[in-house]
Amino acid sequence: MSALRTDALPVTAERGSATWRLIKAESTLCVRDKVAPLWGIGFPLILLIVLGSISDLREPVEPGGVLTYFDLYVPVLILFNLAILATASLPTTLAGYRENGVLRRMRTTPVGPARVLTAQLVANFAIAVVAMVLFLAVARLGFGVDLPKHLPGFALAWLLAAAALLAIGLLITALAPGRGPATAIGTVLFFPMMFFAGLWVPISQMPPLLRNIAHYTPLGAGMGAFQDAYLGDFPSALPLLTLAGYAAGCSIIAVRWFRWE
Amino acid sequence: MPPVIEVRDLHKRYGDKVAVEDVSFTVQEGEVFGILGPNGAGKTTTVECVEGLRRQDRGEIKVLGLDPRHDRAELTRLLGVQLQAGLLPDRLQVAEALELYGSFYPRPADWRELMHGLGLADKAKTRYAKLSGGQKQRLSIALALVGSPRVAILDELTTGLDPQARRDTWELIEGVRARGVTIVLVTHFMEEAERLCDRLALIDAGRVVTVDTPAGLTERARVGQRIQFRPSRPLDDRLLTALPDVSAVTRRGELVIVDGSDNALNAVTTVLARNQIVAERLRVEQASLEDAFVQLTGKRLESGPR
Repeated sequence: MSALRTDALPVTAERGSATWRLIKAESTLCVRDKVAPLWGIGFPLILLIVLGSISDLREPVEPGGVLTYFDLYVPVLILFNLAILATASLPTTLAGYRENGVLRRMRTTPVGPARVLTAQLVANFAIAVVAMVLFLAVARLGFGVDLPKHLPGFALAWLLAAAALLAIGLLITALAPGRGPATAIGTVLFFPMMFFAGLWVPISQMPPLLRNIAHYTPLGAGMGAFQDAYLGDFPSALPLLTLAGYAAGCSIIAVRWFRWE
Repeated sequence: MPPVIEVRDLHKRYGDKVAVEDVSFTVQEGEVFGILGPNGAGKTTTVECVEGLRRQDRGEIKVLGLDPRHDRAELTRLLGVQLQAGLLPDRLQVAEALELYGSFYPRPADWRELMHGLGLADKAKTRYAKLSGGQKQRLSIALALVGSPRVAILDELTTGLDPQARRDTWELIEGVRARGVTIVLVTHFMEEAERLCDRLALIDAGRVVTVDTPAGLTERARVGQRIQFRPSRPLDDRLLTALPDVSAVTRRGELVIVDGSDNALNAVTTVLARNQIVAERLRVEQASLEDAFVQLTGKRLESGPR
């Protein structure tokens, strides 16, 4: 024990930056946590494959329309992934960090807890990118679903949707007093959000009232923007602004209310 | 040489409850400074203000010339902290945690050596949640040292450790001190304070009762000797109570227990010899820091770690 040295050693070269190491560590932890890989990627991927094998879903949603039911499920499942990350993975992890004093411990280091938060966001974002690319590829190669015709428009819509959902995740973290409540709030939010994304009933087949509500929910807006991009148009302003509004609004409230301990 | 830590007239309240009433002390370079007191005395609040985790309501704190309220960024590079309840993500492995935390500092220690030195090498790939209480404790000590700090603040260092692990940890701390790291040790465990600390601040109800060396404290408390023996023949207590150096005589079974001043042993053995009584199983206890604490504050500390 006494042979221990804490002299500074020339290890700087192999260290890499603390931020990068944190991002790597948080990504590893996200994968080990299993919520993101299992529920965020595995489950929607299986759903995609199962739904892709049902021939009834290859009928157009509207008579003479371009998009089939299955075509619509691809963006819905991409939103499913974002919703899992935002309501289950991110807030549970961060609220747990706060509850267990992980963030407090970070406050005593030169790095500080804000970078843990950033690293968690980056890790979840990376998982979301992997899921999005994977779902598009499986749908294209496995089931012949065309990629969105307006790719830049789709990319922008996806980025805004990811920003809006991660901001909602941060908001849950900020408002929930602990890990348990964070999980509860996330679960309660998940189902209505997915409903308005059209997981059970396509938005176009909802009654007018629900359809109008859907346009102003984060996932409904995301779905609207994705559909525009699939049909080859640049997404219209309303869904994009709705998503940007959620991203900005939730972030601002989250930052104001956030507690480190 | 200016002190490494200087705390003056510290005051901190939480709502109506005063946690720290008035605390002042200085810590010199290279010493192990103990902050000793019962639970709820304000020890942890005091060091949290020093660490910059809390802002005091009144009073001045300087650590290596820095103000923890304003120079946090600079301070965190020089100060290693072990929190009483400072945790890691459940799924982070020991080696990962040490490597990661090392990367936060400009001149980190060799985390592999720390891991070996603290007996965690065979747990390198074990997740934090799977560690025992003692292993978690040792990891948190390693994390406090991984940045090669000039000052380390260790809160309840050996709480939850078994006796062997506690002695190993003490040895480790002595090794750290030998390298010139100034150490502040928060404890309510007497044996630890006696063994490790150069000086101690005794804190009770948010105030510093006294600051002294462990030996100085016991001396100042004027608690004398306790002598315990089994007389070879029946013994009349009055022979002993008559002695001016003896303050009390009690019996526990066949044992006689005599409390008295530092000269009591001489006086008692003389009387026994004169009466041809042999003191079998003779034991003499010096006053402990614990006795001194009781004497100085009128309260008992817990005798061991929680």
